[in-house]
Amino acid sequence: MKFSENWLRTWVDPDMNSEALAHALTMSGLEVESLESVAAEFSNVVVAEVLEVVKHPNADRLNVCQVNVGEPQSLTIVCGAANVSVGIKVPCALVGAMLPGNFAIKQAKVRSVESYGMLCSKKELGLADESDGLLVLPIDAPVGKSIREFLELDDKLFTLKLTPNRSDCSSVGGIAREVAALTGSAIKPLEISSQPTALTEQLSVKVDDVTGCPLYCGRLVRDVNAAAATPAWMIRRLERSGLRAINAVVDITNYVMLEMGQPMHAFDMSKLSGGIVVRKARQGETLDLLNEQKVLLDEDLLVIADESHVLALAGIMGGIGSGVETSSRDVFLESAFFHPDIIAGKARRFGLATDSSFRFERGVDFAATRMALERATQLLLQICGGKAGIISEVRGALPKREAIMLRSSRVSRVLGITLESKQISVLLARLGFEVGEKGENFLVTPPSFRFDLSIEADLIEEIARLHGYDNIPAKAPHADLTMLPSIEQHRPLERIHQMLVARDYQEIVSYSFVEELGERELCGNVDPVHLQNPIASNLAVMRSSLLTGLIGALRFNLNRKQARVRLYEVGSCFARAGGKYVQSQRLSGISYGESLPEQWGVTAKPVDFYDVKADVEALFAPNRLSFVGASHPALHPGRTARIESAGKAVGWIGELHPKLLQRYDMAQAGVWFEVELDNLTKISLPRFSEIAKFLPVRRDLAVLVDESVTVQALIDSMQNASVPYVQEITVFDVYRGKGQEIGKKSLAFRVLLQDTQKTLTDPEIESSILKLVGVMNEHGAKLRM
Amino acid sequence: MEELQQILEQALKQFADTTDEAELEQVKARYLGKEGSLTVLLKGLGKLSAEQRPAAGARINQVKQGIEAALQQRREDLQNNKLANKLAAESLDVTLPGRGLGTGGLHPVTRTLQRIEQLFHSLGFATASGPEIESDFYNFTALNIPENHPARAMHDTFYIDSQHVLRTHTSPVQIRYMENNQPPLKIISSGRVYRFDSDATHSPMFHQVEGLWVDEEISFSNLKGVVQDFLKRFFEQDDLQVRFRPSFFPFTEPSAEMDMSWNGGWLEIGGCGMVHPNVLKNVNIDSEKYLGFAFGLGVERLAMLRYGVNDLRQFYDSDLRFLKQFN
Repeated sequence: MKFSENWLRTWVDPDMNSEALAHALTMSGLEVESLESVAAEFSNVVVAEVLEVVKHPNADRLNVCQVNVGEPQSLTIVCGAANVSVGIKVPCALVGAMLPGNFAIKQAKVRSVESYGMLCSKKELGLADESDGLLVLPIDAPVGKSIREFLELDDKLFTLKLTPNRSDCSSVGGIAREVAALTGSAIKPLEISSQPTALTEQLSVKVDDVTGCPLYCGRLVRDVNAAAATPAWMIRRLERSGLRAINAVVDITNYVMLEMGQPMHAFDMSKLSGGIVVRKARQGETLDLLNEQKVLLDEDLLVIADESHVLALAGIMGGIGSGVETSSRDVFLESAFFHPDIIAGKARRFGLATDSSFRFERGVDFAATRMALERATQLLLQICGGKAGIISEVRGALPKREAIMLRSSRVSRVLGITLESKQISVLLARLGFEVGEKGENFLVTPPSFRFDLSIEADLIEEIARLHGYDNIPAKAPHADLTMLPSIEQHRPLERIHQMLVARDYQEIVSYSFVEELGERELCGNVDPVHLQNPIASNLAVMRSSLLTGLIGALRFNLNRKQARVRLYEVGSCFARAGGKYVQSQRLSGISYGESLPEQWGVTAKPVDFYDVKADVEALFAPNRLSFVGASHPALHPGRTARIESAGKAVGWIGELHPKLLQRYDMAQAGVWFEVELDNLTKISLPRFSEIAKFLPVRRDLAVLVDESVTVQALIDSMQNASVPYVQEITVFDVYRGKGQEIGKKSLAFRVLLQDTQKTLTDPEIESSILKLVGVMNEHGAKLRM
Repeated sequence: MEELQQILEQALKQFADTTDEAELEQVKARYLGKEGSLTVLLKGLGKLSAEQRPAAGARINQVKQGIEAALQQRREDLQNNKLANKLAAESLDVTLPGRGLGTGGLHPVTRTLQRIEQLFHSLGFATASGPEIESDFYNFTALNIPENHPARAMHDTFYIDSQHVLRTHTSPVQIRYMENNQPPLKIISSGRVYRFDSDATHSPMFHQVEGLWVDEEISFSNLKGVVQDFLKRFFEQDDLQVRFRPSFFPFTEPSAEMDMSWNGGWLEIGGCGMVHPNVLKNVNIDSEKYLGFAFGLGVERLAMLRYGVNDLRQFYDSDLRFLKQFN
C-alpha cells in the first residue's frame, strides 16, 4: 500500500514529523518499507506564462522567449525546448534558483543573448528520469505561484508492507483510523451524504449466491460525461498510490477504493443486456478480461453477468466488453461485498493479483459498501455530471462479529507483564472496539472492518501492539533444570564433519534440485522426483545422490585452476518408492588430484581408490566394512565397489568413469564415495575384555594366487575356518610383475596367534598355520617359499 | 725436578694437540706406556738410596696423576667434540614445512549452524528434524495456513505434487515434534528450506533454524529474553540492540519480526511469536494450560553478518577460494 502523506494528513494530522510517523507505523505492525520525497529538493521555480517566442539570432535550435512570472517586468529567457510556444504555462527557474543536483541558475549569456532564468522539463525538476520537452502546466495555473506549492511537491510517499491480516489498512481512511488509534489524534471523517436521485430508474440486481456475495449495491447514473478531465488533485493522489489515470469514471472508482478500501466497478450501460446477475460461472463460459487475457471459467468462480453474458470476474477484474470508456454516457456503478472465501486463491489461479482481489480475499468492510457507492456517486456527479438513479441493494447474511471474552489475567500471562484491567480498557477504547466490561474481564466485539479478530489471542496481540512491543521487557525464562539425554551409541554429525575436515576434505553445500539428464546418466535414476515449478530447467528434479553436485563443484574449481580438490557434502537425497517419497541423509565426498598436497620430500602420486577407501574405513571405524565389486553408471567398471556393513549395502565407492573424464575434460580420475548417514551415526558401546597375559606370535604367509581371487575372499575363508589361536590376519604386501607368472599376484599375510591361557608351542603354531595354508589352497593359492 | 716439570708440560701440550682418541692413546703411550718417559723414571727409582726414594717417588707419582687427569679430561673433551660435530652435521632446517595431508574445512553455513546449536544446547534445547519434501498439511494446514489463505502467497512455494511441497520453512518440524512429545518441550531444528525466488539477495534454497519452547509459564517477554540473549552471544556483542516489531504469521500470535541494530540501521533477522492456540489445538496440546513461543532465523543472514559476506550466492558456488576463508 502506497500513499501520499499529505492525503493522509487531511484525515488525521498527528503532531509528529514524517520519520516519527513512519516509525510509529512500523512499530505497530504496519511496516513502512520506504519513505521518500515526491520530488527532490529545489527552490525558486514558479509558474510562468510564455508571452513571446522569437528565433535566437545566432542559433537555429534556440528561441528567445518573453516570459511572465508574475512580476511587472517580463523576463527574457533563452530556451532550447522544441515544445515552447506562446500562451503555454511552464515551470520557470528564476535567477538564484537551485535545481536538483545542485544546479544553480544564474543570469548568463547564451550565444550573446542575456537569459534571466530557465524554463524547465520534468527531468530538470527531478520529477522524471526522462522527459520530452518542457513540462506544460494546466492553462489555469496561477502565474508566479511556486511550482512546489502548485504541484504539491512538498509531500512524502509512504509504502507499507501490509501483512495479510491487516486488510483494513489497505486504504488511506483505514490507515488514518490506525494512526488515530496509535497517536490519540482526532480523525476527521469523510462527509458522505446520500446523493440526490434525479432518476427513478433502477437496474434489476439478482444475486444467486448470497453466501459468496452477501451485499450488492449498484446504481445507474445517466448522462455522464466520461470524457471530463479528472481533477489534478485526484490524479496526483492516484499516481502517488501507484495508479495510472485512465478516464474520469474509472479514476473515481479507483479513488474511492484507495480512500475507503472498497473496490468498485463501473459498467457501461449500453453494453449490458438486462439486469445484473451475481452467480457462479457455468462450465465452459469464457471472459475477456480488461488486461486482454481470455479466461476459461470454472463452476466455483463467482461472476457478475447480465442476462446473456459474463461481464466480470466478481471482485477480481472486469471484462473488456463492458468497461467504461470516454465515450460512455450511462454507467452502472457497483459496490459489493464479496466474501473472502469465495475470492481467496481465485486470482492466483489465473496468474492475477489485482487491487480488488487483494482487498476482497483479505476482507473488505461490509458496513461501508453502500457508503462507498454514495461517495463514488458524489464524485461522479461533481466531475462528470449526470443523473443518479435509485440504489439497488441485495442483502444476504453478512459475517457476524461475535463478542470475544478477553481475560486480563490471560493478557498478563501471555505477555509476561502485568497490565491492569484499567490499562487494557484504555487500549481497547483507542482501537474503537465495542467493549463490555465484566469485572476484570472484557467482552469485545470487533468492528466490521477487522477480519483478523476472532479469538482471545487476536485481542492480546492488539493490546501488545498498542502497548508497544518495546515496552515489554526481555526476561530470561524460569524453568526446571534437567539435562538433555546423551546417546553414546549415536555419533553426532559434528564428529563426522570433524573427521572429514581432519582428512583434508572441504565441505560444500549444493542445491537439492539438479538437472534431469545428470540424474539419469550419472545416477541411473530414470524416475526422479520432479518439481512442478522448477526455478530453471536445469534444476528440475530432486537429487537422488550427492554425486552430481560434487562433480559440478569439482568442475567449477578445476576451471579455476585448482589442481587438487577434495570436497564433501552432507544432505538429503530423494527418491520415489511405493507412492511415497523416500528422503535419506547421505554423506558423499570426492577426491581429485594428488593424494597429498604438493610438498617437498614426497613423491607425487595421484589419489587412487585405496586412498579414499581408507577415508571411508576411518569414518566407519570401529565398525568394519566390506567392499564388493559392483557397477555404477558414473564409475569405472573395474574400480567400483558397493560398500556393505553387516551384510547391508550402505554406499558406493569408485573411480569416475573414463568417459566422464573425457566429457568433462578432466586430466585424471577422481575417486568418489557416498554413504547413508544413518549407518555412520550408529556405533556400539565399547565393552571391556580381559587383556591376554601371553604375547602373540607372528607368522608371515606368502602365497601366489590368481588375480581373480580377492584378498577379502582369502581372509574371509581363513577367518571362517575357526583355526585355533588365530587372532588377526592382515595383508601387508601385494606384488605383481617381474619374475612372476602373468595373471598371478603374490600376497603376504601377517598372522597373529595367541592363547589366553598359555604360551603357544611350536607344534601348536605349525598346526594352525598348516590349516590356514590348506584353506588358501582351496582358492588355488600356493605357498611361496 | 726440572725434568719432571718439563715432562708434565710437554704431555699437557701434546694432549691438547691431539685431534682424536687414537692419537691421544698414542701420545699417552709416550709417557705412561711400557717405554714411556714416566714409566722409565719410575723404574729408575730402584737405583736411588732408601732416603731419596720416597720423596722422588712422590714427585714422580704427583706428575703421573697430573698427566692421567689431563688425559681423562682430554678424552672427555674429544668425545664431546665428536658428539657436537655429529649433532651439528645432523641439524635440520626447521623452517621447512611439515609434511602430510592438509586440513579441510566446514562450509560457513555448517559452521554457523553448529554455533547456533551449541548456544541453544547450553539452554537445554534438544535437536529435532523433519523431511524436506513436506506434505501440504505439515507445511501449511497444521500451521494454521488453510488452503487459499493469502499467507500462502507469502511463501513462494515449490510444488512436488498436489499434496507435497518443498518445505518453505522449518516450522513443520514444530508440528511433527509436538505430535510425538508432551510439554514441557524445548527444541531447535535447522535445515534447508526452499522458496521460489532467485536474485542477488534471494536463493531458491537456504537454511533456517527454528526454535520452540512450550511450557506452562512461557511468555512473550521470555521470547524476547531468549532471542535477545542468543543474538548477543552469537555476535559476542553485549550491547547489541534487538528490536521486536509486530508482524503476522498464521502460526504465532502475537507475532513479531526481529530486527538487529547494524551499521546505524535495523536489519531483519527472523520472525517469532507466541505459538497460536490453533496450532496447539492441532497437536492436542491444551492451550489453556500451556503456552509456547517459536522463532525462525535465517542462517545465511546470520553468517553473512558474522563473517562479512556480501553476496548470498557465494554460499552455493562451492568456490574453494571462498570456502577456505572459513576454515
